[in-house]
Amino acid sequence: MGQSFVQKVFAKYAGKERVEVGEIVTVEPDFILSHDNSSAISKTFKKMGAEKVKYPDRLVIVLDHCTPPADSKYATNHKEVREFVVEQGISNFYDINKGICHQVFIEEGFAAPGRLILGSDSHTTSYGALGCFSAGIGRTEAASIWATGQLWLMVPKTLRIKLEGKLPENVFAKDVILFLLGKMGADGALYKSVEFCGKVVDEMDIEDRIVLCNMAAEAGAKNGYCLPDEKTFDYLKGRVKETFEAVYPDNDDGAEEISFDLSSLKPQIACPHSVDNVKEVSEVKGTKINQVVIGTCTNGRLKDLKIVAKVLEGKKVSKNVRFLVFPASMDVYKKALKGGIIDIIVEAGGIIMNPNCGPCLGAHEGALAPGEVCLSTSNRNFKGRMGSNESFIYLSSPYVAAISGIKGEIDYEI
Amino acid sequence: MKFKGNVFKYGDNVNTDVIFPGKYTYTITDRKEMAKHSMEDLDPDFVKKVKVGDIIVAGKNFGCGSSREQAVICLKESGISVIIAKSFARIYFRNCINEGLPALICSEIYDNVESGDEIEVDLKEGKIITQKNTFSFPPFPKKVQEILSAGGLVPYVQYKIKK
Repeated sequence: MGQSFVQKVFAKYAGKERVEVGEIVTVEPDFILSHDNSSAISKTFKKMGAEKVKYPDRLVIVLDHCTPPADSKYATNHKEVREFVVEQGISNFYDINKGICHQVFIEEGFAAPGRLILGSDSHTTSYGALGCFSAGIGRTEAASIWATGQLWLMVPKTLRIKLEGKLPENVFAKDVILFLLGKMGADGALYKSVEFCGKVVDEMDIEDRIVLCNMAAEAGAKNGYCLPDEKTFDYLKGRVKETFEAVYPDNDDGAEEISFDLSSLKPQIACPHSVDNVKEVSEVKGTKINQVVIGTCTNGRLKDLKIVAKVLEGKKVSKNVRFLVFPASMDVYKKALKGGIIDIIVEAGGIIMNPNCGPCLGAHEGALAPGEVCLSTSNRNFKGRMGSNESFIYLSSPYVAAISGIKGEIDYEI
Repeated sequence: MKFKGNVFKYGDNVNTDVIFPGKYTYTITDRKEMAKHSMEDLDPDFVKKVKVGDIIVAGKNFGCGSSREQAVICLKESGISVIIAKSFARIYFRNCINEGLPALICSEIYDNVESGDEIEVDLKEGKIITQKNTFSFPPFPKKVQEILSAGGLVPYVQYKIKK
C-alpha cells in the first residue's frame, strides 16, 4: 500500500524508511512555536534540570495572547518571557507589536511544504495550509523539545475531505469549515490527519486554506493539510526561510474519504455553546447582538478586513453593537491602512484594536457581561469563553458578522 | 498501579474552558490554586465533593478545545487519580500522559456506573472493576508507559538529562 502525507513526513523526521499508522515515533521538529505561555514553559524547562535550549534557532516565540498586558500579572509574564529570550539567545522572538502568533509564523516564512512543526497552541494546525505537518502540543511537551529537541508522536490515520463544486457568491472558507464541523461533529476527525482537497480547495487562496486548517482543530484533528500548488509556491516566494521539499500523499494511501458538493452551500453559523452546533444563518436571523468581533487567527487577515469594509462602506454600525476589529498582524494592519480599509471601518463606527488575540480567550479587550450576545469570526464559542458564563457566542464569516453589526441582529443579506 | 475512588460522571465533549476557564490561564500559576477552579463552569459542586483517588468517567472527546495543561493539572491536584472516557481530545490525552495522570479509553463502562459509585482501576492488568462488572482497556504503548511510570514528562526528561 502507498503512504499518506503524514506517514511520509514522520518517516523522514524519524529517520526511517516507512512508518505505520498507530506507531509511535520520535521526531525533531523544524520549529517549535510558543506565545505568552513561554514563561510557564521556561519554568518547566528549568524544573526538568535543563540549562540551555538545545536548538535556540528552532524556537519561535510571539507575544500575542494578552497584549499590551491587561494588569501587572500579565506584564510580569511578558517580562519573564523577554528575560528568557535574552538569556537563551533566541533570535526568532516577536514582541507585542507584531501580531497573532499563527499569522506572524506564516508571514515570517517559518511554515513551508514538507516541514514538521509543533506549537504550544491548539491552532498550530493552521500551517498545513502551506503543505507542512503542524500540530498543537502542551506546555510540558514544548519544554521537553526546548531541552532535548525531540518529542514522541503517534502516526495518525488520514481523513481526506473532497470539496467539490463552486462556492456561491458571499459564501466563504469559514462557511465551509463550519458546515463540515456541523456534519462531522467536534470529534469528527479525532486524532486524524485531515487533508482538504477538491475543486473548491484548488480555487481557494492561501488565506482561505488557513481558515480550513485552523479550524480542523475544532473537529479534533491532529493536523490539517492542503496539497501545495502554484499558489503555495507563489505565496512563499521572498518569504520562506531556508529550503523546503514538498511532500504529497500516494494515491493508494488507504485514507478514509468523504466528499461534499458545495455549489449550493448557504452561509453557516455556529450557535452557543459548541462549534458543532451549526445552522444556516437564516435559522437564527433576527437574534439581537451586543458585540461583533472581527479578527483572531481564524479570520483577521487582509481578505477578511476587505470583506468587512466592503459591507460597511457608507453605512453605520448599529448603536446597540460594539464593533471590534483586530487585524491579525501589524503587517495586515499596515496594508489595511494603506488600502483605506481602516478608514471605512472607523467611519462606520467600528473600533480598531491592536493586533492580538483579543477577547477570543476572554482575557481582555471585549469581555461579555451576563446575558450578552457576541457574533465573532473566531473559532470557539464555549460557554464562558469570552467573559461571563451566562453570555452567548455565535461564530460566522466576516461577511455575516459585518452585516449583522449594521443591523444589530444576526442577518446575512444587506 | 491500582487506584480506588468514587466516580464523577460527565457527558460528551467536555471542553477545557469548563474544566479550567481561559480567564485564569495567565493569572493563576500555583497548582493548588488551579485545583480550586476545577470544573467551575460545568459542575460547581466538584471542588466541594472531590477526594484524593476519585475517578472521572466521561463520554466522547473529553478535554476538547484549548491545549492548556491547567485543565489536566487542576484535576490532578484536586485528587483525581484516573480519567476514563469513551475518547479523549488528542492534546488533552497527551497532556494527561505528560502530567502522569492515566487517561483510559473505555466505552463500555459509561452506561454501567453512576456518579458516586466506588470503582477500582488496575493499570498493570488493564482492568476496571465496578461493583457489578469488570471491564478491560487496551494497554498503553511502551513509550507512554515509560512516561507514566516516571511520573510524567518532567521527571522523564530529568532522568534523561542526568543520564
